[in-house]
Amino acid sequence: MTEVLTDSRSIRIKGRSFLAVVLSPDLPLDDWLARLDDLAKRSAGFFLGRPVVLDVTDLGLDRIQLKDLIASLGERNVSVMGVEGARPSAIGPGMPPALKGGRPAPDVEVTESEATLEAPQPAAAQPIITEAPRQTLQSLVIREPVRSGQSIVFTEGDVTVVGSVASGAEVIAGGSVHIYGALRGRAMAGAVGNAGARIFCRKLEAELVAIDGVYKMAEDLDPALLGQPVQLWLDGDAIIAEKLI
Amino acid sequence: MGKVIVVTSGKGGVGKTTSTAALGAALAQRNEKVVVVDFDVGLRNLDLVMGAERRVVYDLVNVIQGDAKLPQALIRDKRLETLFLLPASQTRDKDNLTPEGVEQVINELKRYFDWVICDSPAGIERGATLAMRHADVAVVVTNPEVSSVRDSDRIIGLLDSKTLKAERGERMEKHLLLTRYDATRAERGDMLKVDDVLEILSIPLLGIIPESTDVLRASNIGAPVTLADARSAPAMAYFEAARRLAGEALPVSIPGEKRGLLSKIFTRRAA
Repeated sequence: MTEVLTDSRSIRIKGRSFLAVVLSPDLPLDDWLARLDDLAKRSAGFFLGRPVVLDVTDLGLDRIQLKDLIASLGERNVSVMGVEGARPSAIGPGMPPALKGGRPAPDVEVTESEATLEAPQPAAAQPIITEAPRQTLQSLVIREPVRSGQSIVFTEGDVTVVGSVASGAEVIAGGSVHIYGALRGRAMAGAVGNAGARIFCRKLEAELVAIDGVYKMAEDLDPALLGQPVQLWLDGDAIIAEKLI
Repeated sequence: MGKVIVVTSGKGGVGKTTSTAALGAALAQRNEKVVVVDFDVGLRNLDLVMGAERRVVYDLVNVIQGDAKLPQALIRDKRLETLFLLPASQTRDKDNLTPEGVEQVINELKRYFDWVICDSPAGIERGATLAMRHADVAVVVTNPEVSSVRDSDRIIGLLDSKTLKAERGERMEKHLLLTRYDATRAERGDMLKVDDVLEILSIPLLGIIPESTDVLRASNIGAPVTLADARSAPAMAYFEAARRLAGEALPVSIPGEKRGLLSKIFTRRAA
């Protein structure tokens, strides 16, 4: 029997990046846990409600040891959302999933909460200052054509290409995509969830354009716009294309 | 030190081997020492086009594996004193090429020859990446049709990322050689026009080789077209391309345009 879909809306799948705290234990684990306890004593509540990724690269833990470690962390109210660098065999059902492809971010400062040292003050009870320094790199400029088979991925902001994007190439940006040349490949703007992102190109011959997870294939584009300078943006769930004057 | 040129394309059958032989023979006729190296291990053809298939004793793989010395494997052309061939092995495959071995051979050839022209196999795998790895200059052979143009674009991307020059942060010099060009078919829209190809690939044009039966005839008699029939249209185009490779600034003429004018006069007379 075939199921009939009554709802024609498509499911939107998006990427989104979060900043997680990464804990990299070292051996012997007992010593490391003791130091963690010491840190927790000085900065009370540091791990409360904070997603933690456990980096076990080079530790060579098997499944039982890893399970023990996660349990010991659980006792200390550290909730592990993912494990990095573990052997595939060490991750079993009921354990946090394996993560990979993590990119470094500025170190998280652990400030000692004054509460334990001085008389409790209302201000000192506030959570630790953890706001990471703002990423200053907000745009990427490519001064050469993007060749077939190449993929430019920049989720932190806008991508500007001074040149063309070839058929079979793709540009993926967290912000807007600007192409000072022909767009013959794929362009994806707002790839990590930004409905305000736009795509601009000098000559539209794209295979696919996408903004915030909504995509449009070449054949869905208005033929009158092909070969024209065009900007594309998102209006609700529809991609709007308009000739640039 | 000689210059290392890789003749590459990504796509097969566009004229890499023909162009390697023709450019090699054209440069050798300027009295410069040239070696053409076949990197298509397992599917060698350059020896046939050069007419040296019966003189192959040792090959590139033998030299890399230390079974033969480089001078033993080099074959001197019977017509041109300064033209040499380093054949590929037909019985092995490309896994026999090692990065260190290739580097050693290329470095040695560079010391003896003015031009080392590497005939790359099709594809983007080991054979092709090793052929381009040590190049100073790339000649990207492209036919005026979309699949060849896209494959060339991919190869240009690899030339800019996978070669020693690129890894050192230098710019690889790249030239477009448009082969099998037919002006009447391009005019009819059956083929891409020169400007379309140049616009997509955006690298300088080395030459346009017209589609011609002379090319096939030359391969079949085992001679580079620039040796078999130096007065033919493709040979003239290759000679000009070779002069541009050597640094001369010559304007590129689009083949067929002149003939178009002549035939126009001709038809007018006939009418």
